[in-house]
Amino acid sequence: MTLNKLNAYTIIRPFHVIKNGEVLVDEQSAGLQEFLRSLYDRFAGQYQKFHKMDLLSKLGWMAAEVLLQDMPMDKYPQEDTALVFANRSASLDTDERYYDTVQDIASPALFVYTLPNIVTGEISIRHKFKGENAFFVSEQFDIPFMTAYVQQLLDTNAAQACICGWIEQYHEDFEAVLFLVEKEGRGAALPFTAGQIEKLYQ
Amino acid sequence: MEKLMADLKAQIIEQLNLQEVKPEDIGDDQPLFKDGLGLDSIDALELIVLMQQHYNIRMANPDDGPKIFQSIRTMAEFITANQKA
Repeated sequence: MTLNKLNAYTIIRPFHVIKNGEVLVDEQSAGLQEFLRSLYDRFAGQYQKFHKMDLLSKLGWMAAEVLLQDMPMDKYPQEDTALVFANRSASLDTDERYYDTVQDIASPALFVYTLPNIVTGEISIRHKFKGENAFFVSEQFDIPFMTAYVQQLLDTNAAQACICGWIEQYHEDFEAVLFLVEKEGRGAALPFTAGQIEKLYQ
Repeated sequence: MEKLMADLKAQIIEQLNLQEVKPEDIGDDQPLFKDGLGLDSIDALELIVLMQQHYNIRMANPDDGPKIFQSIRTMAEFITANQKA
């Protein structure tokens, strides 16, 4: 077993953004939708599909966008970047919105977001990733499990790099904490261990 | 027809959440899909819902979709021909 490197991390919580320990955004916001639009204008732009995503996908997509700034992934074949996420509420927020539309005419645009792993698809489309992906649902962020799972992906050469973490959203409660893990160190280059993740997740 | 096309542009922007597109950005004969406005298959379903909600038109044959949804003008022509008085 080799010690893989945690080369970047991003934390998005109400209403701030931290990357590698540096506070990039700390602002007042009327709510999650407005906050995500503000982050989009600041860190992304010119990606029309963003506006069609549900809040969970926007949150995860935005966290990946910040995470991968200045961390190009094109040195890897498309199949070699894995995505492994988890959360507590799955896609319940969108499920409820979709259910409301069923009373009248069911919304196709909402229906396609009634699974939490759609966020992995949105990030994959944006960055052209075609590697392994998984989305787990658990009451709390199970850091020992997540660390062991990602470690195994890299140790067995199922992937050369992995973006992993916790993407939770239900109504106005939200939290995205993403980590870029690679075999070789660059950027922050912290040791990828459960203890390190615990420390950063606090 | 001009009024209907203007209404359609506003309705499509709202229904499809095209937040960075203005009505004047959409040409009357501009393709709605692929290289035109860039709509996808889910958007096509939303257009079917839009026709039903705003114009009370149910599309009997989904195979007609590509022809009807070719542009704002083709949509307006279809609505004009099929809307109940």
